[in-house]
Amino acid sequence: MFEFIQRFFGKPASSATAKERLRLVLLSDHLSLAPDVVEALKHDLIEVISRYVDVDASNCDVTFEQREKQVAMLANIPILGMRARPKPPAPPPAPPPAPEPELTPAMTESTAAAASGDKRPTRKRRRKTLSTNTAPQAT
Amino acid sequence: MIQREEAPAVSAVPRKRGRAIVITSGKGGVGKTTTTANTGAALAATGATVVLVDADVGLRNLDIVMGLEARVRYHVLDVLEGAATLDDALVADKRVPALRLLAAAQTREKDDVDTIAFRDLIGSLRERFDYVLIDCPAGIEKGFANAIVGADEAIIVCTPEVSAVRDADRVVGLLGDERSVKLIVNRLRPALVRKGKMLSVEDVNAILRLPLLGVITDAPDVIISTNRGEPVALDAASPVGASYREIAQRIIGTLTTPPVVPHDKSIFEKLFGSRK
Repeated sequence: MFEFIQRFFGKPASSATAKERLRLVLLSDHLSLAPDVVEALKHDLIEVISRYVDVDASNCDVTFEQREKQVAMLANIPILGMRARPKPPAPPPAPPPAPEPELTPAMTESTAAAASGDKRPTRKRRRKTLSTNTAPQAT
Repeated sequence: MIQREEAPAVSAVPRKRGRAIVITSGKGGVGKTTTTANTGAALAATGATVVLVDADVGLRNLDIVMGLEARVRYHVLDVLEGAATLDDALVADKRVPALRLLAAAQTREKDDVDTIAFRDLIGSLRERFDYVLIDCPAGIEKGFANAIVGADEAIIVCTPEVSAVRDADRVVGLLGDERSVKLIVNRLRPALVRKGKMLSVEDVNAILRLPLLGVITDAPDVIISTNRGEPVALDAASPVGASYREIAQRIIGTLTTPPVVPHDKSIFEKLFGSRK
């Protein structure tokens, strides 16, 4: 009832804001990754997938979820169609496909940060496993 | 460590080892000391022997909340350093005969407490009491390490705030898997939860995922009783006191039903709902 009224007036309840802030801050606590690195990871993930298939980049949804004792990454990436010349999924030992011409300096930087973040000692209690659920969705 | 040979134990029969429970939160000001005082008083009111240990060396407050500040003569460090015996330092509560307090040192620092010696002190208290409740200081430094070292159970006190939940989550990780960890959600305001202006108990525990020991509402009774130095748990007329007594029963195991999360009645429920 109340939520309905609040939605009507377009102002989210502050507890919802608190929940979302908590979710994000715990995510980066558990992953030992800064929020901007998480954003960069999402961006790069979508970019890599779009090398193979045409994705609806504006409707991509990459979220992280706290599971029992680990964080799971859930990616919902709508696929518009196959690329005209998709790269083979498991290429023979040939030189890796050249990346798209230019990566912006900011992007290469954050990719490096993510890589170094991975090498940090992991906390004992929570295992960090990234599992990707890429659900193809034709829209 | 000095311990008197002729300890005034209730019986000479070697007793069952008591339970050592640390009350902790990470964040300061969420109500650890109030929770320790009231849970301890409620446990002792059932007839169990209870000692409350203030591990917040340098910022001692448990004696104030208990209303025992005028009777503290020796503290934890006096006992650890041999300046007083354990019996000299244990302050008896006049309201609940089975309740004792071991105060922290006010003019010393947490680094002055040797972790191993503190662990051994908790061990010897467990020989003499059914329950040893340790009031942990805020933070995750040496005072925290000392407070948890002798405890094999922990109660996390968390308020429905982003900062408190985040710190509680960190502390749960630091407590490790070998301790039994349970949760008390403190200072809940059901009216704000209903309006969507406060995290709910479910929201908090969706993150922490701990067995829920109890929910304490943000009630004036708690403030008033703290002003007076009388644990609200001993006030038979107080609903919050009843919540603490239920927490004690859940710790003992005589109450197995999960806590009822207090909720605020909407205007319709107030007008048309059942009233009691």
